Amino acid sequence: MVARPGNEAAAPEPVGDEARRAVAEAHRREWAFVLAATARVTRDLDAAEECVQDAYVAALGAWARQGVPRNPGAWLTTAARHRALDGLRRDRTLRTKLPMLVVPEAAPDAAATMSDDGGLIPDDRLRLIFTCCHPALALEAQVALTLRLVCGLTTAEIAQAFVVPEATMAARVTRAKKKIAAARISYRVPEAAELPDRLDGVLTAIHLLFTTGHTDPRGSGLVRADLVDRAIALARMLRELMPDEPEVSGLLGLLLITDARRATRTDDEGNLLLLEQQDRSRWDRAAIAAGCDLVTAALRRPPGKFALQAAIAAVHAEAPCYERTDWPQILVLYDRLLRIWPSPVVALNRVVATAMVCGPQRALDDLAGLEQDGRLDEYRYLPATKADLLRRLGRRAQARAAYQAALDLAENAAERAFLARRITEMSGTGNDDA
Amino acid sequence: MAQYAILIYEAESGYAGGGEDVWRQAMEAHGRFAGQVVEKGGKILGGDALEPTSTATSIRGDLVTDGPFAETKEALGGFYLIEARDLDHAIEIARLCPAPYGGVEVRPVMDTSGS
Repeated sequence: MVARPGNEAAAPEPVGDEARRAVAEAHRREWAFVLAATARVTRDLDAAEECVQDAYVAALGAWARQGVPRNPGAWLTTAARHRALDGLRRDRTLRTKLPMLVVPEAAPDAAATMSDDGGLIPDDRLRLIFTCCHPALALEAQVALTLRLVCGLTTAEIAQAFVVPEATMAARVTRAKKKIAAARISYRVPEAAELPDRLDGVLTAIHLLFTTGHTDPRGSGLVRADLVDRAIALARMLRELMPDEPEVSGLLGLLLITDARRATRTDDEGNLLLLEQQDRSRWDRAAIAAGCDLVTAALRRPPGKFALQAAIAAVHAEAPCYERTDWPQILVLYDRLLRIWPSPVVALNRVVATAMVCGPQRALDDLAGLEQDGRLDEYRYLPATKADLLRRLGRRAQARAAYQAALDLAENAAERAFLARRITEMSGTGNDDA
Repeated sequence: MAQYAILIYEAESGYAGGGEDVWRQAMEAHGRFAGQVVEKGGKILGGDALEPTSTATSIRGDLVTDGPFAETKEALGGFYLIEARDLDHAIEIARLCPAPYGGVEVRPVMDTSGS
């Protein structure tokens, strides 16, 4: 018999391990689905979170007593929505005074899940994601809100992930939620005309989450695995929901291929290893293969910025070694990327490819233009790249100064240790600066 | 439908230095904008251009002083009160609002009717 959701309090009897595991699993897998469907009923994000939280607590007891339901997500949603409706009846007079989440009724959602009591639960996860990543919210607030509402992280966990005080993060999340309600940011998926721009915003937020984890800006270790895994899970979810969007495939491919190198990016002592030093036999070949398939799918139409970045990552991943990478191909891809996304960071990455195709002197000339541009003044990889080019040209004193400039900007411990080692290497005799 | 204010912030020098042609063009652009709002399914409830900040008087407590509240490069030079479905709709409309020497800010109008 299937457990029926209801309003039972937390379980009085000992909670079974199986139920506990099932609830934890459902938290990871179903949080976004349950919250998204509940927000449509409460039309208030805070109330929806409370109802969903309560439903998970109720599930602990109910599933221990009656067994884990066939469809945990549907059970949880039904339970959370019952709570929401009770709450609405109780608070009707109070709620009418507050701004409510705007939920436009579009065409019936294509995807819906049958609940245990026979009703249909719409899959509102895309609405939730697009609301969290609305461009009227600051990018950092978009990421925080996505972690909170889509991934179900607590404010304390998010604060820890971004190394800010919990009160700061709480204020950031509260402000964003208030703006959604007061400014009437609609709970909807953007229409076709605005979709490319809006989707780019969502992908950018997920990518920011990934890069924060990929090289922890301030941490002692290089990688924050939890953030990287969350970002990949979000990209997977988005790909499941929007399988035909090339840029979504591009982002997931980019993340999978980049993360496939995770185990080889540091040595046993935690020292940073550059792409050219990494043991390619230990790259995650299954992840690379999955990523490359996604890249192929993403490149079918005129590629966007995530598809092109993923294509560049794929060329690296498939090269037998650093020197035998198809650098001319990478240069071509960077040129295409720069055309659609004229970012100085992209231009800096192109400099590295230029060095491999045309030599370090030519790359150094290109880099001089970027230095004058000024937008990368605080970007540690600019002096680090310059230092590496100077080192290869044998201009050790200048290389040393550039490594020092990079060290002054770097906060990650593994990166700092790497730069300090290079400074020592450049300090020996044999200075043949012109 | 909800109400939003579109606040137009521009460098005043753009109009002051431009002469009559600039002003006439601006007026024509705002005339076209009024038509576009209707086409977009929104509604203009009100709005006007303001005299430059050199004519402003600020009052803070008992103190009356010459000049605007805050000296900024781009000053509030006009506003619209519009009706739109949601923020996306308001932004879609506000994007069309002429502001060649600056930009516009969209602010939801607080609903104080129920309290």
